[in-house]
Amino acid sequence: MRSFQQKLPGLESRGIQVVAISVDPPEINRRQREKLGYTYTFLSDPKAEVIRRYDVLHRGAGPKGTDIARPAEFLIDSTGIIRWVNLTENIAVRARPQQVLEAFEEARQVAPQ
Amino acid sequence: MNASSSKSWNWSLWVGFLFALAGFFSYTFFAQFPITRDFPWANLLLFAVGGILLVLGLFRAFGKPKVYRGKILGPILAILGILMFGFFSYVFFYVLRQVPASTGAPRVGQKAPDFTLADQDGKDVSLQDLVSGSKAVALIFYRGFW
Repeated sequence: MRSFQQKLPGLESRGIQVVAISVDPPEINRRQREKLGYTYTFLSDPKAEVIRRYDVLHRGAGPKGTDIARPAEFLIDSTGIIRWVNLTENIAVRARPQQVLEAFEEARQVAPQ
Repeated sequence: MNASSSKSWNWSLWVGFLFALAGFFSYTFFAQFPITRDFPWANLLLFAVGGILLVLGLFRAFGKPKVYRGKILGPILAILGILMFGFFSYVFFYVLRQVPASTGAPRVGQKAPDFTLADQDGKDVSLQDLVSGSKAVALIFYRGFW
């Protein structure tokens, strides 16, 4: 999350918008965003409906056994088509901004927009 | 004074133990950098150095008991070091890998399921709005801060 904030200028200059999703309510997202200095959008999915729809639910992994999202990253182009997916096998290992940039460049070469 | 006070301090036991402690507690620091986060090289290196020094310390304590101290403390520190290494490995190589398979997740080439969710200010935002306003959207699902 921090690395995406650090590389945000490079991502945004290419027209890539970064959006984070979790079960956290908007108040917590607002507070955490301010505290950590994040400027990209944080969306709130408290009932994990979208998380379920993307099949990235981690059952009982949250506080008091609540359902939360597992770490996962998707790159979606301007027509709504998924261009790249990263489903980590280790919670500590997340996608790097560089991977997103590479996936973006690759997708653009295959289908120039 | 008894004879033990004239024995040399078995520093390698203590330094080895400190390395093991550092290996155990430093992951939150190393997790800041992708290269030491994705695979805990730095932590494993600290454990390795700690292990070598602890073994050296044990050899001194038991091989030259008249010169070095540590026949009681040595095994205690070594066992604590092994426990820390074991727990660290268990968490990193087992607990953190208990991630659902997500076999039903949308795949490359498929249409991303649309949704509308509240942003940090409580304002509704749809995926449709997001993608139409940019060349691409990097959607990051994360566990949350709670």
